Amino acid sequence: MSAPATLGEGIRSGKGLARRILVIYTACFMVYTLLPIAVMIAFSFNNSPSGRVSLKWLGFTTRWYSHAFAIEDLTGALLHSLEVAFASMIVSVVLATPLAIALARYRFRGKSASDIVIFADIAAPAVVVGASLLSLFLTLNLPRGLLTILIAHVAFGVAFAVVVIRARVSVLDRSLDRAAADLGATPWVAFWTVTFPLILPGIVGAGLLAFALSIDDLIITSFVAGQTLTFPLWVYGAVKTGIPPQVFVLSTLIFLGGAIIALINSIVAHRNGG
Amino acid sequence: MSEARPHRRLGRGAAPFLLGLPSWLYLAAFFVVPLVAMLSMSLATGNPLTGYVFSWHFAEFGHAIGRYQDQLVRSFWYGALSTFITLVITYPVAYWIAFYGGRHKASLLFLILLPFFVSFVIRTLAWQFILSDQGLVLGTLKSAGLLPRSFYVLSTSTAVIGGLVYNSVAYYVLPLYVALEKVDRRVVQAAGDLYASPASAFWRVVLPLSAPGIFAGFLLVFVTNVGDFVNAAVLGGPGTNMVGNVIQYNFFNSQDYPMAAALSSILMFLLIVAIYLYARVFGAETIQDYAA
Amino acid sequence: MSDEKKTNSGYRLDDPAIVRGLTQSRFTRRNVLGAGAMGMAAMALPRFARAASPAPLSGQWADWWKKQKPTKELVFANWPYYIDVTDKGDHPSLDAFTKKTGIKVKYLEVIQDNASFYAKIAPVLKAGQSIGNDIIVITNGWLLTEILMQDFAVPLWQEKVPNFFKNASPSVINPAYDPGNKHTMTWQSGITGIAYNPKLTGREITSFDDLWDPKFAGHVGMMSDLYELGSAAMLKLGIEPTKSTPDDWKKAAAALKEQKDKGIVRQYYDQSYITALENGDTWISQAWSGDVFQAHAKGFKDLKFIVPEQGGMIWHDNMLIPKGAANPLSALEWMNYYYTPEAAGTIEDYVNYICPVPSAQAYIKDVIKDAAVADSPLVFPSQEMLSKVHDFYVFKSYDDNKAWTDTFGPIVQG
Repeated sequence: MSAPATLGEGIRSGKGLARRILVIYTACFMVYTLLPIAVMIAFSFNNSPSGRVSLKWLGFTTRWYSHAFAIEDLTGALLHSLEVAFASMIVSVVLATPLAIALARYRFRGKSASDIVIFADIAAPAVVVGASLLSLFLTLNLPRGLLTILIAHVAFGVAFAVVVIRARVSVLDRSLDRAAADLGATPWVAFWTVTFPLILPGIVGAGLLAFALSIDDLIITSFVAGQTLTFPLWVYGAVKTGIPPQVFVLSTLIFLGGAIIALINSIVAHRNGG
Repeated sequence: MSEARPHRRLGRGAAPFLLGLPSWLYLAAFFVVPLVAMLSMSLATGNPLTGYVFSWHFAEFGHAIGRYQDQLVRSFWYGALSTFITLVITYPVAYWIAFYGGRHKASLLFLILLPFFVSFVIRTLAWQFILSDQGLVLGTLKSAGLLPRSFYVLSTSTAVIGGLVYNSVAYYVLPLYVALEKVDRRVVQAAGDLYASPASAFWRVVLPLSAPGIFAGFLLVFVTNVGDFVNAAVLGGPGTNMVGNVIQYNFFNSQDYPMAAALSSILMFLLIVAIYLYARVFGAETIQDYAA
Repeated sequence: MSDEKKTNSGYRLDDPAIVRGLTQSRFTRRNVLGAGAMGMAAMALPRFARAASPAPLSGQWADWWKKQKPTKELVFANWPYYIDVTDKGDHPSLDAFTKKTGIKVKYLEVIQDNASFYAKIAPVLKAGQSIGNDIIVITNGWLLTEILMQDFAVPLWQEKVPNFFKNASPSVINPAYDPGNKHTMTWQSGITGIAYNPKLTGREITSFDDLWDPKFAGHVGMMSDLYELGSAAMLKLGIEPTKSTPDDWKKAAAALKEQKDKGIVRQYYDQSYITALENGDTWISQAWSGDVFQAHAKGFKDLKFIVPEQGGMIWHDNMLIPKGAANPLSALEWMNYYYTPEAAGTIEDYVNYICPVPSAQAYIKDVIKDAAVADSPLVFPSQEMLSKVHDFYVFKSYDDNKAWTDTFGPIVQG
């Protein structure tokens, strides 16, 4: 993918200025996207009394870090979020991959109906999805909790996953597949040795998207959670009375975790690509 | 997949159905069936005490539009405007990363995704912090005498649209990047060699070639933003409520489920119409292949 | 403690005027008696004497209670920041309870506002299922009325809660929204008035009219709670909320619309109004008494709370046992424990609303040695403040309530 990049360079000397402006612009953009995060991290060190975040700077402290997991409910809510997001990622991808392949490679009756349902699922306002699921769960006498949250998250995760994976499958060269078949591979072997490695980036992307959508969902979850709280639900509820610094502390830790992964990823990419 | 594949031998006709079956069953049970329940709820009459009974009562749709037309119009306006702004500010970034990111592409993309390791609710709250009347930005400008004391940004439509934009940037950068990454640099170069100034090469070659990313991102961001209520709730003011806010109000405050269901159905319907028109204008293939 | 928490229309069966009169004398009496008051219930007016001793159980619920076996568990669903908590996240009052009774408490901060919590539990209770909680806390108002009307609450076995009858403030005994405390016992009460920052307003605030002052345009906080919002407008117009008619509501709504159209209102806030005040986004706002005190503790000493000259509104948050509770006897045990000066004092010292146990004042002063809380006119309100409070309008039916929400709803939802 990075091969053509070099070809695009040095088109014209006049482009140098435009490129410099672009660099500065991109840097400003990064500052803009990271500004709220910087504020959050800074205020996780704010020495605010009575355990609530305040806008006033009241002195530096690492006290909230030593009590990062002090609020049991909050820690529990975070664990719930992680569990659900992980499970939702796996289930969405497992359900979505076969359908994505079918949609990308076959013409069949019901294909457009399938498309419509998937688009409707993506286009459905979250409030509608949440409320309609709740009425279903009540009718089924299914007690609300982690399972119902998972069911709801997969209900939207699967649609997004199908779209992402399908996009990947549809750009694949089918001749590779056929070549494998010609060489005597069973469809089973051809899939795992040829198709799967090629669509894997799509699957990983779909999984990450499902994970991200799940862990950040507030609206749908609020309908189907019952008494179980996820991290966003807990925070949104606590906003009204002032959030404890632990919210910022835990978010900062997660953020740093992400940053470290990014760093490792970049190093690995360097080695491979360099 | 793994189980369905071998059956291809039995006949090609069955394969797609077997492949699609798990997802179809799932979506039927947990998306379609609940939606039908929702639609029937919008036709019900009653109150929270007596419960609601299905009754082909279409009048609720009229009430919903009559009472909440402002919020409906506002949602689509905010949604479209915020999506357009997002496109404009993210395009140069995606362009730069795709064309000049070189070996740092992955890291740069990760940097853009980095804020998304922090929950949406917290990021929106952080903006509330930053834009507060006496906060980092306004407070400083006010004490420098550059702004009147009573000036404010929070609680205005500017703040809500700003929040919607901020929360959408990563969702737009990615499809744009994917599309731009696919643009063959030799084509761009050829344009330059043949006749075009850098500007016209961009407008006539790069931009059209990145269209699938523009359309896909627009769809994703627009739909999300039209249905949002958190930005309006956290950053908005007395005249910025969106349809999501009033749906939520009718579910959780007045418990007027038929009204909430009717509003939801109207919103769904309008979005489906918008997407359909969108697909007609820009081609369904682009959406199907590149959405998300 | 959010937008709907203070949804406060009492469920009055009596003539509101009588109730108002009695409310005032009850408060007066409490303040005269002060902190040392014991046996206050016995000194309450005769009308309340009936409720001042536990009523025996009768009927099917007697059989039901007798069948219950003591358990060592309790699931308590409450609002965030509504109980004492340490930096480590412990709740000393709950720990002391566990130590004393052996009952382990699962304390959940799951109630963010009355309406949305009710919206979640109502379908479950309607289906005859358990919501998994043994105690929930709901504000007096239409939703509490709905809960009681639909028999979603288990009648209390009052003989198991002697401390309530010994120690409770007369202001929470036999409330009109739950005659005889058949189903509920108050957790906290509070007053709705006005909070402001004198540095930003530039002058003292005395009246609801100040919320309409164009000088504060863009910096006036109003509540999104329709009952609070409408009541404040009526008090400004000199209308007594309990006696108001739908025509009065329309007048109040017109005043509110004018206030909004002139750009005076910054936002219709839920519980987050206090953050807006602290941050200086709003200079003046409708406010609940406890929050201002907690804001002081957070370091926002500038904020002031007043009961305007037209008076403030008073509300009560109540504990009740939802149907299907697995540990009802533990719930009663907790209620009985809560109504001691020690437990109520420990909790009150943290939450700073209006304490339902008057003798906790002495405990906070002498044992916890926190004079700031014990002497606070916001936690143990002054006589002057309490003589000015109004009750909320009492809805007679669902349609009555709907007429109110239809009148005031469009203002907030614009």
